[in-house]
Amino acid sequence: MASTKHSLRTPLGRVRGLGSARSGTSHFWHQRLTALANVPLALAFIAIVVCAAGGGYDEALALVRSPLVALLLLLFILSATYHMRIGMQVIIEDYVHGGAKVAAVIANTFFALLVAAAAVFAVLKISFGGM
Amino acid sequence: MAEAKAPGTRPEDIRPLSPHLQIYRWTWTMAMSVAHRVTGAALYVGTLLLVAWLLALASGPAAFETAQWLFGSFLGRLILFGYTWALLHHMFGGIRHFIWDVGLGFDAPARQNLARMTLIASAALTLLVWVIGYAVS
Repeated sequence: MASTKHSLRTPLGRVRGLGSARSGTSHFWHQRLTALANVPLALAFIAIVVCAAGGGYDEALALVRSPLVALLLLLFILSATYHMRIGMQVIIEDYVHGGAKVAAVIANTFFALLVAAAAVFAVLKISFGGM
Repeated sequence: MAEAKAPGTRPEDIRPLSPHLQIYRWTWTMAMSVAHRVTGAALYVGTLLLVAWLLALASGPAAFETAQWLFGSFLGRLILFGYTWALLHHMFGGIRHFIWDVGLGFDAPARQNLARMTLIASAALTLLVWVIGYAVS
């Protein structure tokens, strides 16, 4: 990698003719797929939170463990965390460079997975945990 | 042999850069583009609120009461209000991108109107959600 720093050739000139990496558009496409899913799921999520806002513990428990609400929450969590992982990677690749970029992209993946796992675990425990 | 300079400091590495945000007069499309990224980054952190609320609910009544007290405090409500707006603004910004994805809305008046509608719609729907929220609770 370091040797390319000496070159006056542009980045495009260096890669032209090497062929595609076969996954060039996958992030673009997945970002839009999850965005499409997120529109109804985010609206459902807001509605669920509004419904839970007024009540206490028992009401919130009954709401989250009802099958439709639990399913909508799980889908929202999975779609949103995947969407945010791709989105944050774009931001990182715009502003962070070199070794820090690699570390940031890895940390980004770990954070998204941690958020997804914690939220999914909580919904499943509420649904099946015999609380 | 000459001492090698650190990469990025040699004359051949320093290429002219195009001007960035602070050079240009702010436009609606530019502001909404920045807002889309900022709200996206805010929502990234905001998922921790959802995780905290769900884990509190999964942990039992005491943890849940603490979470409800935090979210119900003035600062908590302010953060949740901001989260609601960020989520809805990012959603409408995404719909704007979908309109562009199908090849529509690229002329100057349409770009301008879409950018304005993104902000108006997100502000209006955020207020509506909170009015309903206070009405039902």
